[in-house]
Amino acid sequence: MAKPKLNLNRVPMPRQDPKKRGKNFNEVALGYSLEQAKEEASRCIQCKKRGCVAGCPVEIDIPGFIKAIGDGDMPEAVRILKSKNALPGICGRVCPQETQCEATCSLAKKGAPIAIGRLERFVADWERANMGAATSIDPPKPAGKRVAVVGSGPAGLTAAADLAKLGHSVTIFEALHVAGGVLMYGIPEFRLPKEIVQAEVDYVASLGVKLELDAVVGKLATVDELLNSDYHAVFLGTGAGAPMFMNIPGENLNGIYSANEFLTRVNLMKAYRFPEYDTPVKVGRRVVVIGGGNVAMDSARCALRLGADKVYIIYRRSEVEMPARREEVENAMEEGIEFRLLTNPKQMLGDEQNWVVGIECYEMELGEPDDSGRRRPIVKEGSEFTIDVDMVVEALGTRPNPLVASTTEGLETTRWGTLVADEETGKTVKDKVWAGGDIVTGAATVISAMGAGKHAAADIDAYLRG
Amino acid sequence: MYKILLKQDLVPGIHLFKVAAPAVAKKAQPGQFVVVRIDEKGERIPLTIADWDREGGSVTIVFMEVGTTTARLALLEAGGAIADFVGPLGLPTHIEKFGTVVCVAGGFAVATIMPIARAMRQKGNKVISILGARSQDLLFWEDKLRSLSDQLIVTTDDGSYGRKGVVTGPLKELLESGEKVDRVIAIGPSIMMKFCSLTTEPFGIKTIVSLNPIMVDGTGMCGCCRVSVGGETKFACVDGPDFDGHQVDWDLLFARQRIYLDEEKRSFEQWQRSVHR
Ligand SMILES: Cc1cc2nc3c(=O)[nH]c(=O)nc-3n(C[C@H](O)[C@H](O)[C@H](O)COP(=O)(O)OP(=O)(O)OC[C@H]3O[C@@H](n4cnc5c(N)ncnc54)[C@H](O)[C@@H]3O)c2cc1C
Ligand SMILES: Cc1cc2nc3c(=O)[nH]c(=O)nc-3n(C[C@H](O)[C@H](O)[C@H](O)COP(=O)(O)OP(=O)(O)OC[C@H]3O[C@@H](n4cnc5c(N)ncnc54)[C@H](O)[C@@H]3O)c2cc1C
Ligand code: SF4
Ligand code: SF4
Ligand code: FES
Repeated sequence: MAKPKLNLNRVPMPRQDPKKRGKNFNEVALGYSLEQAKEEASRCIQCKKRGCVAGCPVEIDIPGFIKAIGDGDMPEAVRILKSKNALPGICGRVCPQETQCEATCSLAKKGAPIAIGRLERFVADWERANMGAATSIDPPKPAGKRVAVVGSGPAGLTAAADLAKLGHSVTIFEALHVAGGVLMYGIPEFRLPKEIVQAEVDYVASLGVKLELDAVVGKLATVDELLNSDYHAVFLGTGAGAPMFMNIPGENLNGIYSANEFLTRVNLMKAYRFPEYDTPVKVGRRVVVIGGGNVAMDSARCALRLGADKVYIIYRRSEVEMPARREEVENAMEEGIEFRLLTNPKQMLGDEQNWVVGIECYEMELGEPDDSGRRRPIVKEGSEFTIDVDMVVEALGTRPNPLVASTTEGLETTRWGTLVADEETGKTVKDKVWAGGDIVTGAATVISAMGAGKHAAADIDAYLRG
Repeated sequence: MYKILLKQDLVPGIHLFKVAAPAVAKKAQPGQFVVVRIDEKGERIPLTIADWDREGGSVTIVFMEVGTTTARLALLEAGGAIADFVGPLGLPTHIEKFGTVVCVAGGFAVATIMPIARAMRQKGNKVISILGARSQDLLFWEDKLRSLSDQLIVTTDDGSYGRKGVVTGPLKELLESGEKVDRVIAIGPSIMMKFCSLTTEPFGIKTIVSLNPIMVDGTGMCGCCRVSVGGETKFACVDGPDFDGHQVDWDLLFARQRIYLDEEKRSFEQWQRSVHR
């Protein structure tokens, strides 16, 4: 029998027009229609050697759910997805699919991998629209053990969901007033609507997981106190939420934000709706964002949407080294954000009122590759020039908040402040304590945090039953 | 939700709430603070823990009406509730037996210095307190502070009660009088803390101030609260709020407290319009 002809035409994602979307916080990518989803699903050749699954840290049965879409059996697609992934509406939107499941799809070699993320998003959105927010599952047999999960980012939510499904009684302690971690305070509405995060948090709660908000572990109970009172095991998913600054002159001028502060004000506190929401944020007219990752792209695109006339991204290497997702870089460029590559700040300049008015930069060139394999940026002496600005956002990366490690006896930390934990199981060197997500890896991805939460949950379950 | 168990209007514009927050009450220590958010649309603001009742499960805060959030808080009554009440945040004040400790409180800060004075006394320190207010009608808890102090001096700016003038007057006299002072704790408006620090500096007496930059999360996650102390950038919410007053870059603190003046005004006007409608 002749092989069926491969269809290499990926169904494009409908998106908001760049001119319009630069002025609103509505979602940029609009999602597939049922027809588009079915057409994209029909391209999947249902490989025996499931390359796609190998690329997914939570091992979703990708061919299975795609086939269900093709068959028009959406409830089945939902069931398959949810059996491995409690947060499909989130992953479908923000997973770096191009380096994960889609990179290992058999059709990737031909340059047209199945749009797995878009299909996953489609199924999650279909579920919310058609099956109500939470699909309840049969309650598991109670196992009689209690687990405390610290932090409600993707790592904590996933660990909690899996442990609850295994019959354990789980309480999440979250420092902020909402659950979701970076998904709520960091990633902007136009990329990941908060309503979707909330729906997926509600789903986790519907599994019986208790949420204790406003609960800063280490300040309220410490990890040891949790273990000595009510809990048989603790999972730490506290993320890497402490911002880094450059330590250059002028950094504390008014108008200079860490990306965390800027994004928290805008996303978590909804400053883009000030004064209806009471938390203010400065609306710069000329804004510089420093950095080349997703966080920098998000900050720049938020500044634009708040009403900036001109937004620059300054990055010290060149475009190929930028760690941000390609798609987000393209979105940013389309919206009119100007990239100043091979540029690095020397100092911030201020006026008498302590407001930032300029940023003095060096031009950079690339030298030999460094430890990370990327070519090391080197200052071009005498190349200083100044950009006039009235707001700066520093998106230079984050490191773990030391609060939990510093109040817990017997945890081991690395020199970057991350926790030492077994790569497979998330077990720390401390008895009854597991960890996973950014707290272990440093700033990484939603899906790797979820994978860590999943593996830790399995190991915790084995320990509790052991 | 965190229920307001008791409300007291201490003096015009300054109110006390006793809030049901058992977990916070269990852990609270002198010098720590909470972050409060009234409701879904509200801002997160820091307020010092003025007292706590570990058995009763309550935490006391005292706040002054200065803008939208504090004015809206002032409208709440006992029986009402606050959406979020996060704490205890920040490092506790360093308490030990120093010898003689001078506690200087300006305005509403008499409430926030109370647990510190009490803890210092319990450690066996001689506690001399200086309490300053703009005028007699803004003065409260004089008796309470007196009962925790070996000596209490009261000043009012307008001379309507106690000594006329500001707190730095008696502070300077005390240091000049030859009284051996081992530590000064000054809490109140930033400008008052700055001048207390300037007053003690020539005498070389370590002076602890409780800095109040603008904050968001209060857990070290945003960097909004950064202050410069001894030439180093610190996050007041996790590295403080207590710092060595002689090392603080006061001008930076003042400047950063003014970042949102325009927005605060807009917010307050819009809120007033909505109330009067
Ligand atoms: C702006 C931005 C954009 C991003 N974009 C993407 C993207 O497009 N795709 C992608 O895959 N990844 C992206 N990432 C990275 C991704 O969001 C993170 O890797 C992921 O959220 C890590 O999950 P986590 O569960 O380890 O931690 P977090 O999401 O950081 O959650 C940790 C939680 O723990 C809480 N916590 C901390 N300390 C305590 C304590 N002591 N007590 C109680 N609670 C505590 C925190 O408040 C927080 O809610 C982005 C990150 C940012 C900041
Ligand atoms: C650690 C800490 C502890 C504090 N403890 C107390 C307390 O016990 N009682 C109390 O009444 N206040 C306290 N404050 C100050 C309190 O947080 C502010 O008064 C409050 O945020 C004002 O909010 P608002 O919405 O009412 O006013 P806004 O509209 O936000 O501001 C109105 C005015 O207050 C000033 N302001 C704003 N934020 C602050 C701030 N963080 N500190 C000082 N001034 C500010 C503004 O510059 C403006 O002039 C504390 C601040 C910190 C950082
Ligand atoms: S969770 Fe992420 S990696 Fe896994 S299938 Fe979905 S998009 Fe791909
Ligand atoms: S590798 Fe690609 S084509 Fe093959 S089953 Fe997976 S998604 Fe379908
Ligand atoms: S208030 Fe955010 S770091 Fe201090």
